[in-house]
Amino acid sequence: MADISFAAIALALNLQLPPTIVCIPVAILCSFLIIHLSQNGKMHGDISIGVFSTGALAVGAMISSMSKRFNTDIYSYMFGSVLAIDDVDIAITITLSLIILVLFLIFYNRFFLITSDETFAKISGINVMFYNFLISFMTALTVVTGMRVVGTLLISSLTIFPALIAKKISRNFKSLVFFSVIISSICFILGMIISFSLNTPTGASIVIANILILCLVLIFEKKI
Amino acid sequence: MTNLLEVKDLTVVYKRAFKNFEAVNNVSFNVNRKDYLCVIGNNGSGKSSLMKAILGFVPISSGFVNFNIKKRDISYMPQTNGINSDFPADVREIVLSGTQKSRKRFFFYNKQDLKNAEKIFISLGLIDLKKRSFFQLSVGQQQRVLLARALINKPRIIFLDEPCSGLDESTCNQFYDILENLCKQEAASIVMISHDSSQIQRYATHVLYLNKKTLFYGSVNDWILKKQNVKCIH
Repeated sequence: MADISFAAIALALNLQLPPTIVCIPVAILCSFLIIHLSQNGKMHGDISIGVFSTGALAVGAMISSMSKRFNTDIYSYMFGSVLAIDDVDIAITITLSLIILVLFLIFYNRFFLITSDETFAKISGINVMFYNFLISFMTALTVVTGMRVVGTLLISSLTIFPALIAKKISRNFKSLVFFSVIISSICFILGMIISFSLNTPTGASIVIANILILCLVLIFEKKI
Repeated sequence: MTNLLEVKDLTVVYKRAFKNFEAVNNVSFNVNRKDYLCVIGNNGSGKSSLMKAILGFVPISSGFVNFNIKKRDISYMPQTNGINSDFPADVREIVLSGTQKSRKRFFFYNKQDLKNAEKIFISLGLIDLKKRSFFQLSVGQQQRVLLARALINKPRIIFLDEPCSGLDESTCNQFYDILENLCKQEAASIVMISHDSSQIQRYATHVLYLNKKTLFYGSVNDWILKKQNVKCIH
């Protein structure tokens, strides 16, 4: 998803369109395509993700190499920079976050059932395909939202780390969700502080903060 | 209506690249109210394929499956390894997720769901476990949780796929007792894939013996008689 966004950004910058607006439909479309391919058994999930991400990265690199003057701009999208965010970006980010939050709250129990046991969900007569599309749609939105801050190369860690850490310390799904939010907020603030005080890239600093907390949790867990 | 499920001439063929593979061949049977049907057979005899075809996971090549009940009256209990092994969930969350099939538009659990959950916790002895993480439980306890999830919505027919794989004998017998009691109370029918021949004589009302084709289908008494005859001949 992140690599697809990278290709979309490269394309947008080349066509001189606002990158975020180009990114949203492209990321959503590609996420649907990945789900579709893996659900029909034409391609295994991991493999189709591999094909898409490397393919998109290649396309992005091709497009960005064709134009010389956008290289600095694409660099800021690859690694993210908080300071480059403008008012339009903030508006888009807030809107997307609200959409994701509302969808998640409404379908919370459905998501629980589908992710915990897909077979049982199918037998219960739930349209699993639809909810899988919905989940990947929300993932696409999340990636586009976080892309500006953390950058396309590091956005996947922003979505994976907090959940991974939360899983280590939570006993049920509700606390998993709760801890994920808390941990990602803490890591974000921590990363920003590191970034400003050491003058390091923001995205990378946030990921480093995540890794530090993960290490702490792992050490702490072993001692118990 | 007493007939809940009618399966007629069901054939399942898996299409492979070079050669088609026939898993189930011309199987017919009925499940009536309060029936307890055991599906038995060796590995690869088509038991699982049959159940998958009935539940709609595998396309049917010919024949038909006809449920005379609504979809939400059908329930299913997988083998314990069916749930993602590192998914963080507690017992209460898993059991409550079984109520979702009855709801069409509203996605939150209501008071009735919570009441049903409490009832089933009591009848399955899960009351002390309901806040525990599912993966800290023993296999026997996990089995009871999955049964609770399958039964919370008061299904009229429940499918079980080798519910006792990986359990020791006494836990297994306990499980069968609970299952039988609950199904008698709720007048639910059972369709179970099983390896365990001792439980068939104790609990089942009907037996379906498969080896791709039907080798035997009938009441459990006929099955016992047939087995005795075979022994006499030998």
